[in-house]
Amino acid sequence: MADLNKRCVSERDREYAVICGMLPVFYGIYNLAIDKVVHCIYTVLIKKVQYIYAKYRSAGDEVEIIISNSSNKAIYEQITSQIKGKVMKGELKTGDPLPGIRSLAKSLHISVITVQHAYEELQKDGFIETIAGKGTYISLKNKDFLKEEQLRQAEDKLQEVVDIAKTNGIGLDTLIKSLTLFYEEE
Amino acid sequence: MEPILQIKDLTKKYKNFTLDHVSMEIPQGMIYGLVGENGAGKTTTISAILNMVEKNEGTITVFGRDYEQAEREIKQDIGVVIDGLGPYSGYYVKDIHPIMKKIYENWDRDLFFGYLDSFKLPLDKKIKDLSKGMSVKLNFAIALSHHPRLLILDEATSGLDPVMRDEILSLLQEFVLDGTNSVLLSTHITSDLDKIADYVMLLHEGKVMFVKTKEELDVDFGILHCGKDMFNALSDEDIVYYIKEEFEYRVLIQNKRELRASIRDLAIDRASIEDIMLFYIRGKKR
Repeated sequence: MADLNKRCVSERDREYAVICGMLPVFYGIYNLAIDKVVHCIYTVLIKKVQYIYAKYRSAGDEVEIIISNSSNKAIYEQITSQIKGKVMKGELKTGDPLPGIRSLAKSLHISVITVQHAYEELQKDGFIETIAGKGTYISLKNKDFLKEEQLRQAEDKLQEVVDIAKTNGIGLDTLIKSLTLFYEEE
Repeated sequence: MEPILQIKDLTKKYKNFTLDHVSMEIPQGMIYGLVGENGAGKTTTISAILNMVEKNEGTITVFGRDYEQAEREIKQDIGVVIDGLGPYSGYYVKDIHPIMKKIYENWDRDLFFGYLDSFKLPLDKKIKDLSKGMSVKLNFAIALSHHPRLLILDEATSGLDPVMRDEILSLLQEFVLDGTNSVLLSTHITSDLDKIADYVMLLHEGKVMFVKTKEELDVDFGILHCGKDMFNALSDEDIVYYIKEEFEYRVLIQNKRELRASIRDLAIDRASIEDIMLFYIRGKKR
């Protein structure tokens, strides 16, 4: 994936990326109290062409949102599950900013309404918060939301496992044995 | 927020064609796609929006005003990109500036030359000697340089290669970035709309077939592939349109989530705007 990235970044974007890359460095030096400089790269998959829009650059965090037009998942759902996934893995923490709705729509080449839908869902599920005049930030309102979400994701996977087992005549006992083995592995 | 453009029951009768009671509302900050076959009425609709044809019925309100009171003011704020060179083919590219300066109050010289530079358009070339791609880019440069609030594009990207089309799409999204300008994009290259449209209207034989947000099309619509048994098991409401192929039925559905939840193992594909258009025009109802 890294190679495709290099091939598709246009000249103009490279320059822009370098300039943008210097800004946080200068800003960071200027404002030594601020030790958190945000680093986001939004990657888009348009059929087989990859388009990279590099916003800021720093040593440290990298946030990628990848949309696939060939996936069966609705686009807004791809966005919400990726962001939820990152929060659960700890890649995004409370206080981390999200891009503006229109700016994300532009980066991803999708409808503004789709991004609005994604942000509304994330807000409803307690993952983000919009502060008027400031922007949208990760804000884990309720630790329980996170636990529910994690359980829901595990259950989705379990459903997949059950489907495979039933299609292939694998019995429940065999499944439970395997599950126990995996769980006790580490 | 007041819509940028509002059309109610627009009707225009020609000898062999009637644009029949078309209503449209374009909110601020949105990209509105108008699709349909050649001859469906897209260009007629746009001509009416630009007050270039007399309508038989209906009202058109642009920026909250109508043409009877404020034609000049309205046209100052509309940018138009259509296929073709217009009346400027004999001029040089650089001649456009002094001409447009006299026409548009908000003509922005620096912006125009900035576009010429970033589009790499040669100043000393005659407009009729420009390649197809370059003349389209020039049209865009002109349309954007007088700071319009509404950009109307009629088949503006046909004849462009995919790389250029992608640049233009980025330009359009940038145009609506602050949430106050809008774009009306009339095209039969539906893949462009698949990427950036917020709303889609399908016109067919002068009538509006549907108006939906791109989000609705993405979330609710799908194409179900099934055999005879499954097809007969579907209810009439499930089937928007269907096409019977040699070995399967293809069904356009608009309740993808409910069907997936109630029936296991469904083969449902994403429906592109082109797919939906074909179903509406060539599909059958049960």
